[in-house]
Formats: sequence, structure tokens, C-alpha cells
Amino acid sequence: MKARVFVTLKPSVFDPQGRTIADALHSLGYTGVGDVRQGKYFELEVDAKSADEATRLVGDVADKVLANPVIESYRVEIEQ
Amino acid sequence: MKFAVVVFPGSNCDHDAYHAAKHVLGQQAEYVWHKETSLRGADVVILPGGFAHGDYLRTGAIARFSPVMAAVAEFAAGGGPVVGICNGFQVLAEAGLLAGALQKNAGLKFLCRTVECTVVTDRSVLTRGLAPGTTLQLPINHFEGNYTCDAATLERLRAQDQIVLRYTENPNGSLDDIAGISNEAGNVVGLMPHPERACEAILGSADGASLLGAFLAAAGARVTAA
Repeated sequence: MKARVFVTLKPSVFDPQGRTIADALHSLGYTGVGDVRQGKYFELEVDAKSADEATRLVGDVADKVLANPVIESYRVEIEQ
Repeated sequence: MKFAVVVFPGSNCDHDAYHAAKHVLGQQAEYVWHKETSLRGADVVILPGGFAHGDYLRTGAIARFSPVMAAVAEFAAGGGPVVGICNGFQVLAEAGLLAGALQKNAGLKFLCRTVECTVVTDRSVLTRGLAPGTTLQLPINHFEGNYTCDAATLERLRAQDQIVLRYTENPNGSLDDIAGISNEAGNVVGLMPHPERACEAILGSADGASLLGAFLAAAGARVTAA
């Protein structure tokens, strides 16, 4: 089974990379783009019998390793 | 006193820390490889600067799972003096031994220069005996030194006197100008500036020696009391 994990900075945390990208886009004339937030994307190959089991496993991995709960949150998608 | 300098793959200030402990402070010093599970009877522990495990994923995120970190956590829980410098601070934060996190510098620039810091408290093992308000010239050398935490944590750090050092002029966007913090008990300290690189006048500043000297004195007092 394949799992996708999207890690993003919590809304309250300033994202200097996202801000720089937004500034660059504005200077290129993309005035229709507002704020930009940069995150991380992981693809995991997981050995699980059900989507629920995979979600639990990947959630555990994300809590412990992939995301830092002090500044980041995450979202998991399972592809069957 | 016996200093343990923890070495992760990618540590690059381990020799500076060893030099400061052994040749500036005149103490015993030993490198402890990250795969080891014991600190070999050390009285004090330094987590040095560098790029542990390549700083992959996040700074300190992999290093916190190195086998030696269980021994460091146990040593810290027993009141043992621990200081994390730069990358070592990032490792301590990831390991949950210190509150908050270190983010990319607000200006997205790697900073390598000497900055002025002010001692905020004499409660920590790194500043015991130093008068609050004392200013120190210390080098910084980091891309991810922008300290952050939530509002409740900041309130707690202030109320419990856990802010150890502040920048006079904030170089990296760090919350509340924080350059270093301690845990609640004051025996675990993390800081972004490098005192171990500023222990001899020929290196531009010897102000770091007063921090490491205070650290040594605090460790000595603990050993004598026990």
C-alpha cells in the first residue's frame, strides 16, 4: 500500500521560505498569488492489511519522525 | 571533571568543544560516538555543533534517535549538566529535552559572524555566577537558529527564568531575541552561539570561556555535593 504524508508549518508559524517565494512571484507579475506556504511531501510504501492499519502506522511515523509537533502539522492519504 | 563530547556523523565542532574542555579549561575530555549507549562516567556532556546526520528531514530530527541520546536523556533527568551548542541545541529541542524548535533564519541567510549576547539569568548551569546583564561577544554560525515556540511556552520560559541568553541585535528572527534557553531545572542548556570557539583572545573573543568556566564550576559543585 502506498501512503502520502503532507507536512506543513502550523498557521501560526512564520514561513520565511514561503514568504520569499511569494515575493518572487509578485515581482514576476503574478499578482493573483497571495500567501505561499512551503511544506514537505513523503511517499511511503507500507505493509498493512487495511487502510485503517496503514493510517495508524503512518500516523505514528509522522507523529514521531516526519513532523515536529512544535511547529508542524500533517495530513495522511492512503492509496489502496 | 570529565567532559563527554558526543559525536554524530556530521558533527563538525566536536574538536572545538574538545579543545575548549581539554586545553582551555584543562579538564579530561572524551569523544563519545553516537552509537554508544553510555556516557562513560562523564560529569558533563556537550552536544557539539555541525550537521548531525546531514540535517536531513529537520535539523536534529534523526540525531535524537541515535542510541547515545537515551543515555543523554537519563543523565539530564538525573540533574547532569548538558549543553547543546548550535546543532546540539537543535538536537536537544527535537529530543524534547528543551522546549520549542529552531527554524530557518528569518532572512534565509546562513549567518557566520560575531554577535553580542546578554546573560539573562544566572540560574542555568552555563551562566551560574555570571551577573545578569553581562554582555558577551560570541560567534554564530547557523542557517537554522530562529527560535520559535507557542505563546504559552514563551510565557513559561519567561516566568520560570529559562531564557539564558538574548541577542542584543536579533540576527535571525528568533522569538523574544532568544539565543539560548534552559530546561526547567536549569541543568540542560541549548544555545546557538559558539562559546567553545571564543575561548582565546587570538580567536577574536575569550568571552566564551566565562560561560564554559561557569559550566565547569556548576558541574564541580554538583560533584562535590554528591
